[in-house]
Amino acid sequence: MKGKTFKISAIKEGTVIDHISADHTFKVVDILNLKGFDNVVTVGMNLESKKLGKKGLIKIGGRHLTKEEVDMIAIIAPKAKINIIKDYNVKDKFRVKIPNVIHNIIKCANTNCVTNVYKVPTKFHVLKGDPLKIRCHYCERLMDIEEVEMV
Amino acid sequence: MDFKNRDIISIRDFSKDEILHILETSKKIESKPDPELLKNKIMASLFFEPSTRTRMSFESAMRRLGGNVIGFDDPNTTSLKKGETLWDTIKMAESYSDVIVIRSPIEGASRLAAEAAKVPVINAGDGANQHPTQTLLDLYTILKEKKTLENLNVGFLGDLKYGRAVHSLAIALSHFNARMFFISPKALKMPDSYLEELEQKGIWYREEEDLFKVSRELDILYATRIQKERFPDPLEYKKYAGVYRLDRKLLDHIKPGLRILHPLPRVDEIHPELDDTKHAVYFEQAKNGIPVRQTILALVLGG
Repeated sequence: MKGKTFKISAIKEGTVIDHISADHTFKVVDILNLKGFDNVVTVGMNLESKKLGKKGLIKIGGRHLTKEEVDMIAIIAPKAKINIIKDYNVKDKFRVKIPNVIHNIIKCANTNCVTNVYKVPTKFHVLKGDPLKIRCHYCERLMDIEEVEMV
Repeated sequence: MDFKNRDIISIRDFSKDEILHILETSKKIESKPDPELLKNKIMASLFFEPSTRTRMSFESAMRRLGGNVIGFDDPNTTSLKKGETLWDTIKMAESYSDVIVIRSPIEGASRLAAEAAKVPVINAGDGANQHPTQTLLDLYTILKEKKTLENLNVGFLGDLKYGRAVHSLAIALSHFNARMFFISPKALKMPDSYLEELEQKGIWYREEEDLFKVSRELDILYATRIQKERFPDPLEYKKYAGVYRLDRKLLDHIKPGLRILHPLPRVDEIHPELDDTKHAVYFEQAKNGIPVRQTILALVLGG
């Protein structure tokens, strides 16, 4: 096998999410609901990366991400890069950016928080991006990436 | 500085100057009370959990300024029992009143109430989270006793894990360069998130289990009750109840100017034999709740 590399096939239309920290690759798969998706999805994990050591990469055929989805990716994988593919070419690429305020994407880890008791939309203020540190707008509880669960 | 229509939810919402403005206004209101200041204004007092001191103090503050009070202190007698949401209860209360005071066991309930209401909302305690008017009256008491809030050595004693009064006061005192001593059993220590916040603000602190190792350094000792209601396991509560009991022995280990505060109610953390000493200011502290709450009501109602 020396000198040979495993090649992931290109997509004609869609999105490539690159530079996901390797451990969080499948979390990104989960939040984008890719398990039930019926177009081409390629998931690479523990790929070599100069920046991250090991990285994850996801190619999604025929799908473009919403702002909410990009924000969700930013929370889980703050170093991720999004490539938008058209006719096999990279039409646009950008690095994800964690918003200053996160609206209704994350659940509060405090079971006694009003957002869990009354099922109202959540809101968090981002104190630090990488690693993530956020404060619940309502109960003021501090949370980090390990406690984050999506709504 | 305009506080008209402002919600009072968390001590984190206030700058140092705003805190000082409230304390200075409290001094004016205490020295020259105006019994007609809030005439024809109505305060809705919504207490979703029991409270004696805070509820009575708010009601007294409102009435002594000529205002009226409506509300409840037993949620079992309200529509909440019928499944009404907090949002709907607040929408109902705002149409009957000029200001809403809310106490809830649910954390963040006051912030949500403030978003629902067009009239100003004052948080009178939301679970283990915030109790900003308690913090302001604590600061007012310290200021009256020590003539300054700057550079004090402040000891916090007892349940530092669940005690919201301690959490809020520590955050507030971080504006004033306090040196903080957190005295508690390990299991009830100050949460790491608060310690991190203080570190980021460059505040010096020390954690200690033995009060007498640090008591001689203190200007203020803020004692708290080990709160039975915050422990899921009664056996766990019994292990820590009564672990600190302040009595006359303390007097051999303190600076002459030490002042002891306690948000009350006390169980057995402070022996009544200390009540008559110059160090005990907890009843004065409870009394200070009136001018401070009068000030807050007057400021948010634009009085």
